[in-house]
Amino acid sequence: MQLGAAHVSHRYGPLPVLDDVSLTVSTGEVVAIVGPSGCGKSTLLRILGGLERPSAGRAETAGAPPEGSLNPVTFVFQDFALLPWRSVAGNVRLGLEASGLPARRVDAMVADALGRTGLTDFATAWPRQLSGGMKQRVGIARALAVRPAILLMDEPLSALDAQTRALLMDDLVRLHAGGDIGSVYVTHNLDEAVRLADRVVVLSRRPGRVRAEIAITIPRTARRMDDPVLARHAAGLWDLIRDDAAAADRELADG
Amino acid sequence: MAEPAEVAFRGDLLTPRTRRWAGVLALIGLIGLWQVGSSTGALDPVLAPSPAEVWRALAGMARSGELWQHATASLGRLAGGFALGATAGIGFGLAIGLSSVVRSPGVALVSALFPVPKIALLPLFIIWFGIGEGSKVATIAFGSFFPTVVATYAAVDGVDRSLVRMGRAFGLSAGAIVRKIVLPGALPGILAGLRIAASIAIVLLVAAEMIGANRGIGALVLAAGNLMQSDRLIAGVVMLSVLGLCVAGVLGYAERRLTAWR
Repeated sequence: MQLGAAHVSHRYGPLPVLDDVSLTVSTGEVVAIVGPSGCGKSTLLRILGGLERPSAGRAETAGAPPEGSLNPVTFVFQDFALLPWRSVAGNVRLGLEASGLPARRVDAMVADALGRTGLTDFATAWPRQLSGGMKQRVGIARALAVRPAILLMDEPLSALDAQTRALLMDDLVRLHAGGDIGSVYVTHNLDEAVRLADRVVVLSRRPGRVRAEIAITIPRTARRMDDPVLARHAAGLWDLIRDDAAAADRELADG
Repeated sequence: MAEPAEVAFRGDLLTPRTRRWAGVLALIGLIGLWQVGSSTGALDPVLAPSPAEVWRALAGMARSGELWQHATASLGRLAGGFALGATAGIGFGLAIGLSSVVRSPGVALVSALFPVPKIALLPLFIIWFGIGEGSKVATIAFGSFFPTVVATYAAVDGVDRSLVRMGRAFGLSAGAIVRKIVLPGALPGILAGLRIAASIAIVLLVAAEMIGANRGIGALVLAAGNLMQSDRLIAGVVMLSVLGLCVAGVLGYAERRLTAWR
């Protein structure tokens, strides 16, 4: 299955945030979107996921979703968006409740998603009892439970400390190793982008346009944190973004 | 470096601790002082009967069955009126919180009627529903309705919109989002509103019973006052205190059970 943006432009009132952005992602592929803050990265992701209607252009899918997928395009949120009144298992179950599947089947799917994210022992815990890293694992388990073809991840590690980030990054690499899930990964962290992505799309400052698209050919599972090629990629990305980031930094929020 | 001195501690401001026994002790101490005042003759027995006399009045009414008559009459009105008002209030509050059609007209209506002291409407309700139970229950229902509405729609407005967006992203229907995200998210705020509504309901209960009732704690207090029976009067006040504590206890229990996740 493929998900893409076709000539998407978007404005909030008079404020243009995206300008003629096109990109596609296929199952098995990870596309990172980087850019200075306020460049419309998150807006683009919401448009791709159907949570927001673009002012022009459209989000489109091609190809059939994989068999048994309950929610082919599924989000992982920066702020986790867990329901605090539901246990870990209850949160993971949320997307399966309207599926009409028999309860025993749902239980098995929940257990499977918990197992894949190392949460089996935390099934009955409340979200407030969990560390940030575990909360985001719940967010990932909830997304996996509905059998997605494409994950839309909006800065999923930004709310976490550096060490937890490194641990979850390993989880994410493993998650994509199977080749049955594709992702659009929005981040402002260039190291994360080059560690996880097959392609990195660089957006300009507001209104966001595609400035460059960089392919990273090293297989994801063979990448190491200190790989000099990745470091060069990250430095190259920073060269592309730096001036925009400096300008965005000096901009007033209301334009 | 010179001889090190300990850094002065200054992190101790405004950190009161809870001591349950101190609360109980304060109540016992107050009643004890009052009894001493009566026993020594410092307090006039007609104006301020001793705790022992109040206790005897209570026990006498319990034996004669009068106490239960008043208590059940009051409790029935309170439960009926509060249940009606709170249920309607939660429903209307949800409608204001969720529907653009209801919102502005609903808020206007609530804003106009909320400040009216509901007891002022009792004569009207007596015209409408008669002097019996109807007018009393209606007054209590009306009084509980408004704080519940306001608390409910404020609580719905306060539900984290990112959770609602998450629900949409996971394909939940509008009904499922209300049931699984909005209602549980608004529940703590709704329960806080019910507490306020319950205390208003008790005020209205007593007021309504003082205006036109033979039975009920309010009627008991008023009749005792007219006859200068201050021991029975204070016994009635004690019953109201116990009633208020029981209502608060039930609501507190519901709150702990329903929001154990917090």
